[in-house]
Amino acid sequence: MATLTAEQLEFQEYARGWLAEHPAPAPTERMPITPLEVMTTGQRDYLQAWQHRVYEAGLVGADYPSAYGGGGHEGCQRIANQEMARAGAPMLLNVVGLNMAAPTILVHGTEAQKKRFIPGCLSGEEIWCQGFSEPGAGSDMANQQTSAVRRGDDWVVNGHKVWTSLGHFAQWMILLARTSKEHKYDGLTYFLMPIEGHPGVTVRPLVKITGEAGFNEVLFEDAVASDAQRLDDVGKGWTVAMTTLTYERGAAESAGGGGGDEVHPVQRLVNLARETWRDGQRAADDPITRDAIVERAIVAEGIKQNGRRARVEALCEHPMRLPLQQKLTTSEFSQANARLGVDIAGARSTLYKLDEAAPDAGYWPLAYMNSYGHTIAAGTNEIQRNILGERVLGLPKSK
Amino acid sequence: MTREAMPRDFGFGPDEEMLRDLAHKLLDEEMPIEKLRRLVAADPTTTYEAGQRPDWDEALWAQCVELGWSGLAVPERDGGADVRLVGIAGLVEEVGRHCLPSPLVATLNASQALRAAGTEEAHRALARIAAGAPATLAITDHTGAWDPARTDIEALPQGEGFSLSGRAYFVQDAFKADLLVVNVRTPDGSALCAVPCEAVGVTFHQDHIHDLTRDQATVHFAGVAVAAEDVVSRDGAQTLRAAWPAILTTVAADLCGCSEWQLQTTVEYAKTRKQFDRPIGFFQAVKHPLSNAMIAIDRARSLVYHAACCIDSGHEDALMAARMAKSAASDAGRFVSDRSVQLHGGIGFTWECDVHLYFKRSMHNQALYGDATHQRRKLADILIGPIGG
Repeated sequence: MATLTAEQLEFQEYARGWLAEHPAPAPTERMPITPLEVMTTGQRDYLQAWQHRVYEAGLVGADYPSAYGGGGHEGCQRIANQEMARAGAPMLLNVVGLNMAAPTILVHGTEAQKKRFIPGCLSGEEIWCQGFSEPGAGSDMANQQTSAVRRGDDWVVNGHKVWTSLGHFAQWMILLARTSKEHKYDGLTYFLMPIEGHPGVTVRPLVKITGEAGFNEVLFEDAVASDAQRLDDVGKGWTVAMTTLTYERGAAESAGGGGGDEVHPVQRLVNLARETWRDGQRAADDPITRDAIVERAIVAEGIKQNGRRARVEALCEHPMRLPLQQKLTTSEFSQANARLGVDIAGARSTLYKLDEAAPDAGYWPLAYMNSYGHTIAAGTNEIQRNILGERVLGLPKSK
Repeated sequence: MTREAMPRDFGFGPDEEMLRDLAHKLLDEEMPIEKLRRLVAADPTTTYEAGQRPDWDEALWAQCVELGWSGLAVPERDGGADVRLVGIAGLVEEVGRHCLPSPLVATLNASQALRAAGTEEAHRALARIAAGAPATLAITDHTGAWDPARTDIEALPQGEGFSLSGRAYFVQDAFKADLLVVNVRTPDGSALCAVPCEAVGVTFHQDHIHDLTRDQATVHFAGVAVAAEDVVSRDGAQTLRAAWPAILTTVAADLCGCSEWQLQTTVEYAKTRKQFDRPIGFFQAVKHPLSNAMIAIDRARSLVYHAACCIDSGHEDALMAARMAKSAASDAGRFVSDRSVQLHGGIGFTWECDVHLYFKRSMHNQALYGDATHQRRKLADILIGPIGG
């Protein structure tokens, strides 16, 4: 992977040129840190328009077949993502559609489903959300209680999904539902479920520990899905969901756009420590604070170099060893970073963002509390440690 | 060193892979754990009570010299292989993984100091190493401060050269070496001298250490005459600073190799040892720390190859990258060592279980040239700026 093919080099040059010539317009309002915290229609409209624009330019869906609205390239999306990040381009809104629905449909969908759904995922015209988690199905994801019962050519769905990011804007949901009570795993089926304005579907905001909205619960009361909206066979939902999760966990690295966070997170800590006074000295002069900041810097560099090493086959004995660590290491890095910011801010960490004296506009305590979303979502980090121990080290399975 | 672009694959290509794989195969064959145990851990009383130095395999060292490993860091013009540091890191990981008792790491580190000196005198010493002379650094003062500016050896001018008096402390594998690279204080500043171990006035006083896979000594210099052609650097502190990133990275690579063996061995034990009718690796109190150990090792390994690549490319961040690598590798070594003994349970606490060999080599390496905290203290000066600055 050290060198790019002629096609990839040409694509890189094109992407760089396009982004230089087409800078994103100034946002109409303050943008959230990740697409999962998009709350207002103004934020949605801005980000949706941007995704459409980069899609039209060929920077999204570059590696998808052209028959499904893609660019038909090979190994070019990673380059597009790098170039968007480098250019500080806005994030791509339709994360569930791009990173979860589209790749899963490409693997498991019928020709008609691929043609119908993938282009809208890529362009961002149709926003997707994920319906896997339930009040009783978190880490034990196969414990799905939402049911889909056959009625003629249709399926009748009843149940309760939670932690549904983007649910309030979504037209579609990738839905895991129980079609048989006899088998835990083989009794699940995967649907492409209509959400917005669909009879029997209610989307309600869930308020996070920070007091922010941002995600939702979705209730199904005799909501109908057609059999054409079933993805892959009846009873194969668990297998299909595993495909989705593989893409979801790998997506953090390829997340498009730079999110506009141009200051390195460790540099933000250094800046905070320099302007924070305690006991008559700057926090930046306190040896314990210095040690903690440097520890963060080492972890940050380690994550970066892991990403580089993951592409050097000769330095990776087990192909999944580094990729399976990524969700865990990045989420815990962000958490520890934000927590250290809270510690350094000291008394000023008590201030909410409405308070003018809050350092960095109240970023640290909010980022710290929000970080639990990432250590819990997409398989808690405890589940990730099981997976690493079992799949990479070969230890006996916990279930 | 010329500054090149940083290769995305760290510069770890087919040649480096071949060297690493050869080392893996040879050391698997020539230093299996049973042999290592017989060589260095046959009887704790001879080592720890009678104070005898543990044995090592001199025939295997001769084979390493034959393969050109002792001259890996020596330039081609001096008869060496001039392998880039990413290649050396790959080989040294295998050395650590096999807990190899050998003057190889000491020789590679001494070579780095001579390379950094770059003088004709240094090249002559490098040619001796390439010809098979094991070498080691005699650069540390009695406080073990790991500061190139500190030495307890005075060099008085004598003709065009010097007369050396004083002591070098914490000298690695001194009893296996033929050549010492000595850090001395001169009337004008500092210098590095290449001193043969058999020179008149040099005596070796064994340090009694825990690690069974190396020796260590305090070397006394009593009016040792050094000719001008053996003064390899006329600014010793500066030369050592220039070599420091490569030295730190090499020791970090040894640590990574040790840690990986400890992880894999403890995983195997957790798969076979049964309690409550299950292999103990089923329990998350065992499984999760092993996953954490893997994460710590992988961070350190990636940082080692990044540091090596920075050094090979002459990148300005080389020292920072090397300190990060040594810090991460020391922390990983500490954590993995801790879990390797604890998760082996009662047997892990005994001489019968091989984990103690790696535990002690790792602990020695963690301290060598500055532990994790020491590296972070130095990194803070780079990343945040000096205290009060």
